[in-house]
Amino acid sequence: MRKALILLAFLASPAFAVQPDEMLPDPALEARARAISQLLRCPVCQGENIDDSNATISRDLRLLVRERLVAGDSDDAVVDYIVDRYGEFVLFEPRASGANWLLWLAGPGMLILGGGAAALWLRGRRQAPAPAALTPEEEARLREILKE
Amino acid sequence: MIVELGHFALVLALGVALAQAVLPLVGAWRGWRGWMAVAEPAAVVQLMLVAVAFGALTWAFVTSDFSLRLVVLNSHTDKPMLYKISGVWGNHEGSLLLWVLILALFGACAALFGSQLPQSLRARVLGVQGLIGVAFMSFLLFTSNPFLRLVTPPFNGEDLNPLLQDPGLAFHPPFLYLGYVGMSMAFSFAVAALLEGRIDAAWARWVRPWTLAAWIFLTIGIALGSWWAYYELGWGGFWFWDPVENASFMPWLFGAALLHSAIVVEKRESLKAWTILLAILAFGFSLIGTFIVRSGVITSVHSFASDPERGVFILIILGLFMGGALLLFGLRASAMEAKGIFAMVSRESALVANNLLLAVASFVVFVGTVWPLVAELLWDRKLSVGAPFFNAAFSPFMIGLALLLPLGAMLPWKRAQAGRVMRQLLPVAALAFAVAALVYAMQTGRSALVPVGAGLGLWVVAGALLDLWTRTGRGAFAARLARLTRLPRADWGRASAHAGLGVTIFAVAAMNGWATEIIKVVQVGESFDLHGYQVKLAEVHEEEGPNYLSTSATMEVTRNGKAVATLHPEKRVYPVQAMPTTEAALDYGLFRDIYLVIGDPQESGGWAVRAYWKPFANWLWIGAGLMALGGLMSLSDRRYRVAAGARRAQAVAAE
Repeated sequence: MRKALILLAFLASPAFAVQPDEMLPDPALEARARAISQLLRCPVCQGENIDDSNATISRDLRLLVRERLVAGDSDDAVVDYIVDRYGEFVLFEPRASGANWLLWLAGPGMLILGGGAAALWLRGRRQAPAPAALTPEEEARLREILKE
Repeated sequence: MIVELGHFALVLALGVALAQAVLPLVGAWRGWRGWMAVAEPAAVVQLMLVAVAFGALTWAFVTSDFSLRLVVLNSHTDKPMLYKISGVWGNHEGSLLLWVLILALFGACAALFGSQLPQSLRARVLGVQGLIGVAFMSFLLFTSNPFLRLVTPPFNGEDLNPLLQDPGLAFHPPFLYLGYVGMSMAFSFAVAALLEGRIDAAWARWVRPWTLAAWIFLTIGIALGSWWAYYELGWGGFWFWDPVENASFMPWLFGAALLHSAIVVEKRESLKAWTILLAILAFGFSLIGTFIVRSGVITSVHSFASDPERGVFILIILGLFMGGALLLFGLRASAMEAKGIFAMVSRESALVANNLLLAVASFVVFVGTVWPLVAELLWDRKLSVGAPFFNAAFSPFMIGLALLLPLGAMLPWKRAQAGRVMRQLLPVAALAFAVAALVYAMQTGRSALVPVGAGLGLWVVAGALLDLWTRTGRGAFAARLARLTRLPRADWGRASAHAGLGVTIFAVAAMNGWATEIIKVVQVGESFDLHGYQVKLAEVHEEEGPNYLSTSATMEVTRNGKAVATLHPEKRVYPVQAMPTTEAALDYGLFRDIYLVIGDPQESGGWAVRAYWKPFANWLWIGAGLMALGGLMSLSDRRYRVAAGARRAQAVAAE
């Protein structure tokens, strides 16, 4: 058991996501903080938001978010504040600006293109393609058959 | 010795695959029967050789042979036997060997059960399958050889990542791979059909079961992974839009589209070129998935290999197969003449709409997944694309799909009257609206998420049931009920899979909209309320497991004084990997899960505790299960068994 305790002490267990001591007493403000935290990416982790992350920097960011909220910032202002300091990398929802329009319009654009193509094709499927006209030889043969 | 045998068998398998790729393809091209006939025995021998290689590696893991580099890096003598075995595929090299094993398994199945196929088509299918085998076995042997020895073996191994030491995750990769690799069969059939220059209903009848099987495995694999994330990662999230999750989701979406378009080819001989393209893309996205996971270009929690050399190799494989197949498609697709004629309003059109929505949704997932890479390459912008983007950009397509589904499924082929079907569905629509309104009135918040999810889910589920009921035709209730049991299994499969989607939609909405979370410091002996339940932290103690140390808590859950459950959430530390994990304790229920997590001791005394009330969590897995079950019923439909029956009849006649 002593071995166990020594090991536990060495492996300073990381702070585990949102801690009770970080939370704001005002439930409305805390709810906003949680919502904002889920939009922000932990800068050192792999694809985790700061709300779920165990990293120290995420804890700092969570505290910063709450600090700004207590200071009276709006949600957008808090996000701007963090993005100004940590770059757009921390933003999980890329802003629809500049080239990012391509990202946001990829789905709707593809739907319109694909839908248009599909509609054209479907219109074509309403009738069987007209049978090819008979060649002169075939017509001659047909006349012969009809004469008989 | 056994390891060397395995290594040798793998090298031999590469040689066999080379023969399987070249001889039948040339034979089919020149019309040489003898060369074509090589395909079947080669596929079977390839499977046996790869199985020997896989068995040898498993043996090395089971006996903890630490002269093998891979075993040292991923195993430990103290590890339970289950995880010694799952450790075989819990790493890059071993998981690729599993990939190749499954590929060989599918190839051998096609060789053994494909005797009804025309010989040239079968030779070409197996030849393409052999080509894929050559590519991946070269990748395995040249960049990621699992059989490398160490000169000085250490006394013990470095253990498997403790997050991966879990029953849910032990079986998650094999299922996913069965799905990924299963798509290779659809691909092989598509390329073979392009080479043949012919595609007909019989072709679709062959492709659909393979695609169905692959899609069922993908469904189960994704659900297992999601379930694992739910109970293991410690906050009850089940989907994170992580690149690796997306990598498995894209082939699933394409597979679903392919399943539906293959029906049109089978029943109406239309949509042929599109179905071929989908088959190529479904496998292409499986390869892209492999590339994303293996190259580590898009870093994520799951990537256990980040090696540029491997990434480039997979990119070359991807380029060759996709480039080759798409080039062939461009040259030959125009030969795939469509026959069926149908009106704008018809089941054909509905299935086209289904394909459009699924393909575009998949495209959105793809663009979102690679966007950080593209933005950095082209504009030097470092940005992230995460859950908020996908939720906003992906969900509308799924809502559209769910709205159209009951309508489309009930439209007749060729020419339909939308008004008639809508009148039949009117009660279902009214019910869905009523439920949505009721849910909105009952819930405390103003969010429209759950009402929409509940209404939409009910619309899809009730629509699927009505669809099944209308299949029984007209007449007395009892007669229809009797007919219900005699409906083709494909009809039951369709109803089950569609209902599964509805259940999943509702569960996702309920989990996201209604879950309650409590995070607080709790003293030992203290109780707190959780959505109508009282949770008491009874005691906390330290414990030693087989290969970890644990802080284990006892928490008693009661409701109005009546005991509901006693749960033991744990916090574990795996000393060999110096990694802490949380083991949440769950009380599963049909309508809610209670989810408890024990955190760190606090300086002021007491423990940080996280408690969740998760409504309808199990409906997620039930929904996925219904979808997989639906696929299974469809797979066992008579028309796919007819081929087997015909073969038996022939055999009898021959005697």
